[in-house]
Amino acid sequence: MYRYDEFDQGFVTQRTDQFRDQVRRRLAGELTEEEFKPLRLMNGLYLQLHAYMLRVAIPYGTLNSRQMRKLAHIARTYDKGYGHFTTRQNIQFNWPKLSDVPAILEELAEVEMHAIQTSGNCIRNVTADHFAGAAADEIADPRPYAEILRQWSSLHPEFSFLPRKFKIAITGAPNDRAAVQVHDIGLQLTRNGAGEIGFTVFVGGGLGRTPMIGRKVRDFLPEEDLLAYSEAILRVYNRYGRRDNKYKARIKILVHETGLDELKADIEAEFEKIRFGVLRLPDDEVRRIEAYFAPPPLEVLPAVSAAVETRKATDAAFAQFVAHNLNPHRVPGHASVTVSMKPIGGIPGDASDRQMEAVADLAERYGHDEIRISHEQNVILPHVRLDDLPALYDRLVEHGLAEGNAGLITDIIACPGMDYCALATARSIPVAQEISERFGRPERQAEIGDLKIKISGCINACGHHHVGHIGILGLEKKGEEFYQITLGGSASENASIGEIVGRGFSAETVVDAVETLVDTYLSLRSGSDETFLDTYRRLGEEPFKEALYGTA
Amino acid sequence: MKVVTANRLLDGEVVWLGADKNWVGDLSRAQILETKDDLAAAMVTAGQAIADRQVVEAYDVDVVLEDGRLTPKRLRERIRAAGPTILPDLGKQARAATA
Repeated sequence: MYRYDEFDQGFVTQRTDQFRDQVRRRLAGELTEEEFKPLRLMNGLYLQLHAYMLRVAIPYGTLNSRQMRKLAHIARTYDKGYGHFTTRQNIQFNWPKLSDVPAILEELAEVEMHAIQTSGNCIRNVTADHFAGAAADEIADPRPYAEILRQWSSLHPEFSFLPRKFKIAITGAPNDRAAVQVHDIGLQLTRNGAGEIGFTVFVGGGLGRTPMIGRKVRDFLPEEDLLAYSEAILRVYNRYGRRDNKYKARIKILVHETGLDELKADIEAEFEKIRFGVLRLPDDEVRRIEAYFAPPPLEVLPAVSAAVETRKATDAAFAQFVAHNLNPHRVPGHASVTVSMKPIGGIPGDASDRQMEAVADLAERYGHDEIRISHEQNVILPHVRLDDLPALYDRLVEHGLAEGNAGLITDIIACPGMDYCALATARSIPVAQEISERFGRPERQAEIGDLKIKISGCINACGHHHVGHIGILGLEKKGEEFYQITLGGSASENASIGEIVGRGFSAETVVDAVETLVDTYLSLRSGSDETFLDTYRRLGEEPFKEALYGTA
Repeated sequence: MKVVTANRLLDGEVVWLGADKNWVGDLSRAQILETKDDLAAAMVTAGQAIADRQVVEAYDVDVVLEDGRLTPKRLRERIRAAGPTILPDLGKQARAATA
């Protein structure tokens, strides 16, 4: 895993000292709130409904047990004993005191973590496939490139005051688990005819108030041009992105308003100017960074584990876990394990300090000390021996982390919503809890199969509802919470924005509406192999509209 | 009927302007503002408190008396006055329960 060298450590320490002084000056009256607010945002510190909120970066969702234990310690010592994993692979603490934040940042720096650029109009956390470096379908591990982009984008002097936030995602597999087509820049690792590594580049994807699928600007960008091309995109955006209207300031609007061909031409022109300069990636530098991500030594073992099969035969819950929470691994006899942070009726993505400690212990014992956070708010142990699954599962059960629901209807993505967020127009978590309880029976979940429900508590779409197979958007109507349903969204390589199905629903009726949609799907699917999304794409919205609203 | 609310600078705690220009952490002790002049005066006090680095982001909130208790009209402010609805053991609602 990437270890800070002396430059990185110095950088983070300096940044911590700088913020400590900014807090001191704020409290002493040398900085007003107007002056301080952009500075605290650059260190990921928000003011939310009940308290400050600190968003700590987890670069490309990767951390080790030492770092996870530190997060547990911070939750316990400075917060109320829990944290929340986000849809950009970060972690949020909901109750820090401003006066404690310098100490928190200092503690984070001890384990090479920070909260830099998790907010503000700058390049945010570069997110990646949570199965990176492990997935059987991977062309190459995207994380070395994510790390290169992270280094390039951290405190980049030209891009610290962009028109608006900027989000980059990268996938190393053709099955896109990183939602690259709904990011400002999306990168898909690929090989050209000669077998060389490069990237398909998408620009201008995004969710929020104006969801858009990214437009392809390059079929194949050679590896050595990654930074120069990214810089070219950012320069064009920084130069031409709108600064007059906060809601039209993302690069997706620039693509839409300029037109793809003209924007591509601008990017290529800028790229030509800089491609052979300092940003050209020397092969030995890429290989050096890659070495940090060298996989742990994994023994090739039988693809089928007798221990797993024996246990499955007598333990239905374990069988369910194995059926849904494992992702195929490159190395036979192994799997990537999804530790579900979506207990039935629970708060999606929340982890107590004790659960974080448990995950750290399990990663050390069974997972080669590697942990990932997915943008779907789950924890992953990417390298687990199948033979260790029964023992690992038993430990997960002890800590309430053993729900076998990865990718199923109760594996809901939900933003914090109006229970926490100052921007929210409705609550999202209670809706997630109610849906989870309604469909919580294992047999019901298995019957329904793969179904991604995503819930946002306002039109900023932090819950990614636009790319939910069923998306739910919480709004306010006449002082009451009110929920709009979208159907058919997807963040995969076949990306699509969900379509609004019709009139919205009250808090009392929205879960009934979801049940109606599910029952409609079950009655219309061509077979148990046809997922909700496939049925929707085959039939369109009509039968679902009909079921919800009747003949108009 | 209105009250003025803000967040304490040092720890982010939700507070309301009380009767004697203090900031209180319990809505029931907030100063009720009946007239426009009352509100204007309260916002001046709030502005001073911001300048004095006690609080940030002050604004007014519509409230009603419900069963003798001051209650914000908007759900958002009711949640802000109590705590996350999904964790009744956290926030002001928990302190109220044990008071």
